[in-house]
Amino acid sequence: MQALYSAPETLIRTPSHYCPGCGHGIAHRLLAEIIDEWGIRGKTIGLAPVGCSVLAYNYLDIDMCEAAHGRPPAIATGIKRVHPDNVVFTYQGDGDLAAIGMAEIVHAASRAENITVIFINNAIYGMTNGQLAPTTLLNQRTTTTPEGRNPLTHGYPIRICELLATLEGASFLARTSLSSPKDVLQTKEALKKGFKTQIEKKGFSLIEVLAPCPVYWRMSPVESLKFIEEKMTQTFPLGVFKDWEKTVSAPGGQATKV
Amino acid sequence: MKSSNNKKHLLTGNEAAAEAAILAGCRHYYGYPITPQNELINHMAIRMPQVGGTFLQAESEIAAVYMAYGGAAAGARVMTSSSGPGISLMQEGISYLAGSELPCVIVNVQRGGPGLGDISPSQADYFQAVKGGGHGDYHNIVLAPASVQEIADLVYDAFDLADRYRNPVMLLGDAQLGQMMEPVEFRKTPRTHQAVKRWALTGAEGRARNIVKSFYPVKGELEAFNIRLQRKYRAIEQEEVRYEEVNTQGAEIILVAYGTCARICKEAIRRASGTGLQIGLLRPITLWPFPKEPLRRLAKKARAFCVVEMSAGQMVEDVRLAVLDRCPVHFYGRMGGGVPSSREILKKVLNILAPEGTLELEIPEIPTELGKGLYFSTIP
Amino acid sequence: MARVSIDVGFCKGCELCIPFCPHDSLTMSRHLNEHGLPTVYFKEDHPCSGCRYCAVMCPEAAIEIFK
Repeated sequence: MQALYSAPETLIRTPSHYCPGCGHGIAHRLLAEIIDEWGIRGKTIGLAPVGCSVLAYNYLDIDMCEAAHGRPPAIATGIKRVHPDNVVFTYQGDGDLAAIGMAEIVHAASRAENITVIFINNAIYGMTNGQLAPTTLLNQRTTTTPEGRNPLTHGYPIRICELLATLEGASFLARTSLSSPKDVLQTKEALKKGFKTQIEKKGFSLIEVLAPCPVYWRMSPVESLKFIEEKMTQTFPLGVFKDWEKTVSAPGGQATKV
Repeated sequence: MKSSNNKKHLLTGNEAAAEAAILAGCRHYYGYPITPQNELINHMAIRMPQVGGTFLQAESEIAAVYMAYGGAAAGARVMTSSSGPGISLMQEGISYLAGSELPCVIVNVQRGGPGLGDISPSQADYFQAVKGGGHGDYHNIVLAPASVQEIADLVYDAFDLADRYRNPVMLLGDAQLGQMMEPVEFRKTPRTHQAVKRWALTGAEGRARNIVKSFYPVKGELEAFNIRLQRKYRAIEQEEVRYEEVNTQGAEIILVAYGTCARICKEAIRRASGTGLQIGLLRPITLWPFPKEPLRRLAKKARAFCVVEMSAGQMVEDVRLAVLDRCPVHFYGRMGGGVPSSREILKKVLNILAPEGTLELEIPEIPTELGKGLYFSTIP
Repeated sequence: MARVSIDVGFCKGCELCIPFCPHDSLTMSRHLNEHGLPTVYFKEDHPCSGCRYCAVMCPEAAIEIFK
């Protein structure tokens, strides 16, 4: 029997701590697949954030650093400046990146820091019981917006790709989703492009991945994929917002499809 | 500036700290402008590119300390610097450095607080330097230089100590030490040896992966880690205490002061010489580990201690803890940028010896050799 | 014909693989795994074209596909 598909070697074989249907497992696996396929395990250094994926270093068999909440881009900067030929990536959630770590991510992008950022956007704080995230949709219920997100009291969701697209230092910005096999495979292509951006020393790359959090969205995993497709992509349109290899239309507005 | 050795340079304390760091092998500096440490960041901006190093002005002190964290995790010698308000911002990162056992040198050129305070000399960051400052049970090694030359010397040692113990080291200066100029000679060959850092993040080529972290969520792991950290701290307390004693033999009153205040205490001792007043000085060079044993030894003979600080009284607590009730411990301090004068210190000493005011002393004027360069650094 | 192999020690029964199988060859088992979680199983009598959609969607990397 020939294996058509088996788990990547860089993915450590241990049951994860993630809830059933969580998007982190898919994203971890994609990273491990790329590291295996490109043979870059020995030169890749990853940063885990604070949030559900704080234990990402338990699952990826590469050199990894845990970071304080929101600070992965700053730590990645320090690592990359010491080892400019290594592949350095941060793996961050929406609270880590778009709330407490907003200053660090904006400035890393504006410095054209030659790192790759994997931004998991599930519009909620999963680790702390499902509170409002900066990317929570309008009217979305969370434990701290029990009546739904009201813009008058909690403001509007932040669109990171659109926001960073205004910076000259950002070289590759894309938003993908994990809502179907096709989307997952497109996410993998976008991650590869992010690593390629870094390996070819083209500057800052960020891939925003719309990911399900079925437990704190209070729905089944299959329903959560539908929520991404039908609701999340309305606020967060998929596409490439910045690409150093070709011109893409309208940063901050309508994005071109991947 | 060319870093030619064996030659005297006239530098500010801030510049001397920067230059000594480069000579100690530091090639990665991250900082954020704040007075009174700007000469340090400016000097690094010029020198780091010359030596093939990294200088980066971060977007905040928070980012600066985490960039240093990254550099340390990657195995390099790294430095960051700031002053009071900026150090407060860095405290989260310093706790993470201690928790991840990363070697890093942090220079704190203290200014007056609380809040935005002012930009004058102060020693009110003693607590946040030696008592942890951030969350959790940890210690920084804290070095307190009292001259520009000593800043240069201690910066070398700071890198060695940081590497040896895998621990953050804070160099605690103040606005006066940072901004004044004195002649400084850099050691011919810095006594630095960069340890092989097998734990560092370099990419796991041909070896098991390394993880740098301070997170121990499994019950019992964190306590075990803390016990190991405390063992390291006890070893540092055994091995690394440094202090200077001046005129302590036969002294009735022992002044205890560090940094700028210690210099002024030396002037007070000098002015009192020949008056019959027997005053000595114990100057801690390491604020953590604190020189408890020498204080206990002196407590057996001295009539009283007088702690002099530019604060409302912070180090005085450690002096009292060291000597307990074996000897009275008095305090003289100025706050908010106020600097004690040697005359004020002598008045305080007289007041300790005769609280009823019966003891009067003709305090001699400051000797005329002031300004000839040697006055502050030596006691004849 | 290909076949799907599910490591029940890793499967958490999230069902993300089930709707994407073009041959409806995956379904929930009545058995819980060693962690007390429901699991998915491959209906041996159903076809598998080896499209890998189930493995692509699996958050636990519990699925292997053989030919």
